[in-house]
Amino acid sequence: MDIFLQQILNGLVLGSVYALVALGYTMVYGILGLINFAHGEVVMIGAMIALTVMTILVGSTAGLPVALIVALAIAAAIAVCMTLAYSIERVAYRPLRNAPRLAPLITAIGMSILLQNVAMIIWGRQYKTFPRLFSSEPHTIAGANITDLQIVIIIVSAALMAALLLLVHFTRLGRAMRATSENQAIAGLMGVNVNKIISATFVIGAALGAVAGVLVAANYSIAHYSMGFMLGLKAFTAAVLGGIGNIGGAMLGGLLLGLIESIGAGYIGDVTGGFLGSHYQDVFAFLVLVLVLVLRPTGLMGERVAERA
Amino acid sequence: MTGHFISRLSILKRDRRAVWVGYVLVAVGLALLPFVVDNTVGRTWVRIIDFALIYAMLALGLNIVVGFAGLLDLGYIAFYAVGAYTWALLASPQFGLHLPFWLILPIGAGVTALFGVMLGAPTLRLRGDYLAIVTLGFGEIIRIFLNNLDHPINITNGPIGINRIDPISVGGLDLTRTHQFFGIEFSGTHLYYYVLLGLVMLTIFICVRLEDSRIGRAWIAIREDEVAAQSMGINTRNVKLLAFAMGATFGGVAGGLFASFQGFVSPESFVLLESIMVLCMVVLGGMGHVSGVVVGALLLAVLPEVLRSTASPMQEQLFGKVIVDPESLRMLLFGLALILVMLIRPTGLWPSPIRKREFERTD
Repeated sequence: MDIFLQQILNGLVLGSVYALVALGYTMVYGILGLINFAHGEVVMIGAMIALTVMTILVGSTAGLPVALIVALAIAAAIAVCMTLAYSIERVAYRPLRNAPRLAPLITAIGMSILLQNVAMIIWGRQYKTFPRLFSSEPHTIAGANITDLQIVIIIVSAALMAALLLLVHFTRLGRAMRATSENQAIAGLMGVNVNKIISATFVIGAALGAVAGVLVAANYSIAHYSMGFMLGLKAFTAAVLGGIGNIGGAMLGGLLLGLIESIGAGYIGDVTGGFLGSHYQDVFAFLVLVLVLVLRPTGLMGERVAERA
Repeated sequence: MTGHFISRLSILKRDRRAVWVGYVLVAVGLALLPFVVDNTVGRTWVRIIDFALIYAMLALGLNIVVGFAGLLDLGYIAFYAVGAYTWALLASPQFGLHLPFWLILPIGAGVTALFGVMLGAPTLRLRGDYLAIVTLGFGEIIRIFLNNLDHPINITNGPIGINRIDPISVGGLDLTRTHQFFGIEFSGTHLYYYVLLGLVMLTIFICVRLEDSRIGRAWIAIREDEVAAQSMGINTRNVKLLAFAMGATFGGVAGGLFASFQGFVSPESFVLLESIMVLCMVVLGGMGHVSGVVVGALLLAVLPEVLRSTASPMQEQLFGKVIVDPESLRMLLFGLALILVMLIRPTGLWPSPIRKREFERTD
């Protein structure tokens, strides 16, 4: 088995999930200039909802086909997450749109904590096993293993990202979103309903996040009420790496971060002579974040210069 | 804090002597508090008050960063952790070191200040919200390191934590033991209460003096408008770095006291939720207002304990079983508090007079 190729494959799978979540951060940041801390929790809730629906359907006597179960679970997750994101924006962010910068950031953190604990009360403290619906029999490509599920993750993520790009660049809604992120006041004067567009941005980000949540939970076949936190932090890092506010950047950043993490975790033990092991995997994302912010705060693809607060 | 409050009362304001009487009454009240609490609701509550005082110190430190300078630090507990572990490593059987507290206290303060500068230097040039994320990450990284630095060289003892940390001892007087002074028995928790109370008073004094100083005014100028502050000749980077280092120092000292008081540290005392809790204290009390922050800290440190002792029995009475355990209820309420305070009363429960005026004017 080729370890290097294997790490690259793992990195791609991880990276496409990061990219999907990063899109939610980057779109909201592009329009509002707000870090939506609660986004990671929305992703987690998506995973939990899908898990609940799947467990119920798999356990039921109807004997539904696997594809239908998965589709229903994902649809439920998307619906719940969209509603959730819409309400979060309405309740916690919209009233504070003209408040000092610190205020919406603090409500965002409050929201994140709130959602995490609500999820813990609903689904409990213990790790939940995600039902295995795909065969875990790996295919071997050039000495590296890849499962059906991992192939699905890469294809679904790629399809969703392509769809988003089409939406943003070739539809009325997309044009309105771009106009709003350019200048809210003037977009409003041109007849764009800014509030509606902002809500739409949150909702689209949440839908992508919900799918990402299902994918990541299925990949590790585990879901937990705290899974959204680290995932969110890393996805945000990916968004910054690609250039926050830039949709293409978030995709690139996500994939790159996935690769950096998986290759880093795979080789850190050898490089440091066993001093640091793969349990430092989570440190990489943070290092990347600090390095990007110090060396190139606009990220890889960001054109806009980060203005000072 | 209490001084402020008393001087606010208009009747007493005219009479300076009355103010002094007030001070003396408050001082006597604070001195007798542990005995009163001990004899009414029990020794555990004295301990809770001790922890509340540690939290007050932490909140005051964070207030310098968030309240004065307007930099959102979400990994503040990392400095608390660094302080606690510094103390633990220098005064426990872990390395066989048993330095006296008057030596560890400045070392701990120095180490945490250094960490503050190390974290602040690369990030403070950036926008505030980036800082929030980086500090959040930093907090987690510190915890990951504390958790994993037990191999190949055992430094932190990993998830098990460090045990049997030396208590503060003054002139051979061990502060965890019970001692007799003037025929009155003082237990360890009582003695720590006085030490902590004294340090909190000192912190309050430093904070109040800082606020009115040249540096404090520079911080507030940066908080209100960084570009304007810069054009007024303030070296924003250095001044922000100073805020960070100062905040970190208070966090570190509080951490050291926590380690010595508890006699035990482990990484799980320094999770993100603790950072959020301290932030909650600052936000709820009134960002940038020293008295408000102290009240916020005391409230949020004591209320969850009240909740702990009442929530479960109440639920059992209402529903016949415990539906939400007090720990998650506590965090739930914290999240809710952050949102509601920002939406309804963004200046906090007890805002500083300047801040309040600003808000009233802009409305």
